[in-house]
Amino acid sequence: MIRLSWLQFRAQAVTAAAALSAAAVILAATSPHRGVNAGFYHWLYMAGIMVLYLTPAMIGSFWGAPLISRELEAGTYRLAWTQSVTRTRWLAVKLGLGCLVSIATAGLLSLMITWWGSPIDQLNDSRLSPLTFGARDLTPVGYAAFAFALGVTIGLLLRRAVPAIAVTLAAFAAVQVAVPLAVRPYLIPPVRTVSPLTTSNITGTGDGGPGAPGVGGQPGPNLALGAKVDIPGAWVYSVQFTLPGGSTNLGPEPQACISGSGNACDTALARLHLRQVVTYQPASRYWAFQFAETGLYLLLALLLTGFCIWRVKLRS
Amino acid sequence: MGGVIEASGLGKAYRRTWALRDCTLAVPEGHVVGLVGPNGAGKTTLLQLAAGLIAPTRGTITVLGDRPAAGPAQLARVGFVAQDTPVYTRMTVADHLRLGAWLNPGWDDSLARRRTGQLGLDPKQRAGSLSGGQRAQLALTLALAKRPELLLLDEPVASLDPLARREFLRMLMEAVAEHGTSVVLSSHLVADLERVCDYLIVLVASKIRVAGEVSDLLAAHRRLSGPRRDPDTLPAGQDVIEESHTDKQTSLLVRTSEPVHDPAWAVTPVSLEDLVLAYMNPANEIPARKPQLGLVS
Amino acid sequence: MIEFQLDETSGVATYLQLVQQVHQALRMGVLEPGDQLPTAQQVVARLAINPNTVHKAYRELEREGLVRARPGLGTFVTRSPSGTDPATQGRFLAELAGWLRSARAAGLGPDDIEAIYRTAFRDCFAEGVA
Repeated sequence: MIRLSWLQFRAQAVTAAAALSAAAVILAATSPHRGVNAGFYHWLYMAGIMVLYLTPAMIGSFWGAPLISRELEAGTYRLAWTQSVTRTRWLAVKLGLGCLVSIATAGLLSLMITWWGSPIDQLNDSRLSPLTFGARDLTPVGYAAFAFALGVTIGLLLRRAVPAIAVTLAAFAAVQVAVPLAVRPYLIPPVRTVSPLTTSNITGTGDGGPGAPGVGGQPGPNLALGAKVDIPGAWVYSVQFTLPGGSTNLGPEPQACISGSGNACDTALARLHLRQVVTYQPASRYWAFQFAETGLYLLLALLLTGFCIWRVKLRS
Repeated sequence: MGGVIEASGLGKAYRRTWALRDCTLAVPEGHVVGLVGPNGAGKTTLLQLAAGLIAPTRGTITVLGDRPAAGPAQLARVGFVAQDTPVYTRMTVADHLRLGAWLNPGWDDSLARRRTGQLGLDPKQRAGSLSGGQRAQLALTLALAKRPELLLLDEPVASLDPLARREFLRMLMEAVAEHGTSVVLSSHLVADLERVCDYLIVLVASKIRVAGEVSDLLAAHRRLSGPRRDPDTLPAGQDVIEESHTDKQTSLLVRTSEPVHDPAWAVTPVSLEDLVLAYMNPANEIPARKPQLGLVS
Repeated sequence: MIEFQLDETSGVATYLQLVQQVHQALRMGVLEPGDQLPTAQQVVARLAINPNTVHKAYRELEREGLVRARPGLGTFVTRSPSGTDPATQGRFLAELAGWLRSARAAGLGPDDIEAIYRTAFRDCFAEGVA
């Protein structure tokens, strides 16, 4: 069965190998390890991230979705299921092999692009930022495995290849948007630090909250602040400012900040003894997040695989 | 000697429509069974149930004494050629033979190569570019080289021209002669099956109308023609399958286990085709009180 | 060795056609004691019929005592059908020819004669069966 699956999946594997080789040549030729030149490299850097996001989507829709649906559509499942191999084994091997090739493809591509982008990542210190995080190291592997299993499942349910491809693409895109927004932030509880706000970190002030802005040059009821957060590489969820008692109601914006000089404003603010409350994920948790998110996607892929096998078995 | 297919109260529904109902059947070993019925009568459903491609909604079915598709061993004993003989269009003929060899422990490679040679199939040709007849032959080769004890064929000749049809049946019968394989093949045309079948199942509107050995069926049916007469006046034991009347004449097709002695009738034997057509005609629905020949009750 | 033919329009069961063809071949001298009949495989390959039909025909011939199956070798003719004594045959042929001539002289056409013959033939053999 493995040999048959390989025979049927060979074309895809060859395509993947060719694409990977091409990517390797391009990346090696343009390696920023030799010195970074901003303009062109920024473009390539973003392109690399895009490719790593697109690859799992393509794997899911063009490898996963047609895998079973094409057999159901063309009726060849009737040929396959009446050989001396149970259909669960047939499905398990097809899924397993496809998943393996998908993982290998995404993994190798991620390895190359992560290596290529590492100098820029270090400069930007942005590995945990939602955009880069999903295009580095392990996560593309989890995405690819999940996308493949998702495509197979949708193909099995829709029984037709073209709709399955379209639905897989849409469903995977939805998951890729939903996870960084609604799931990833809760994988590990964030760190919350409270520190005195030094005036040198303040980048601006203004009115905020209800009743703002102040009318006719009068201060508004709530002081709003902008401030730098100085935690290298952190993924910052939120920054809040409180009074020493913990209240977030900072009172009206000091008059000095509206009409006075910068120094006068700083002095006025310093008198408030403001605290800065930062909720964030420190850069040191990068690998924990990588493992957690990849694990989550692999688990989902496994659940989908189980569902597919159960579903195919049910028909017997 | 067990039955190759034994079904009891077998039924299959798709959503709310019954594709097959109350099917009770015992097909003995060593026969070439013709499964005849109009399109949509449930032939494909019955064959797919026997091949284990679908599961029954009601009742039970055993094939060669085991649940269909119960495991690799059971699968190896049953060959199946699906309707429209699906093949992998992008794979070559040789790839298909390799597929067969990889997936079937009992694969008879010399048989497969001999047959493809006889058929003049180019091993390097893609299956998608084969003619309908060649594709059917390739599918049959795959099923035969698996060396099954029972071969299920779903309308294998329906889409073939007469020459390819004859050739297909010839190859099939040779295999039956050589290996003693039991065969069940379906068709909506009895003429396809008349030469090759020695057991017949007539399926109409998702129910079995009649089943039995062809020689028994032929022996048990007679066409009677004579002066006009009410069929209800026939003696017990003579069941009317089909009747037609003119002003002066009555023509009946009856099932009877006894010879017909009534001198008023001209008695002639019936051909298999007449018999099947009489059973297939929806106007000739048998009232439920009359038992159906050959059915295990 | 004889080659079987099949007449699909005759309405005669396939196995009976095979039996009748062997009878005829024996009568015509095409087959003689010691000759081998084609194997089921050969007949099937030629006619695309069910091998069981061939087995059935051969069993029937064996029951009639005309052939004998020798396991592993094939089926062989053992003797000619009984009642084929040439003298007897000649006598009945002459009688039938005489009857035909008188029928024709009485003004009956070929169709009339054939209808009469068929009716008489059927009645005669139907009695035997029933």
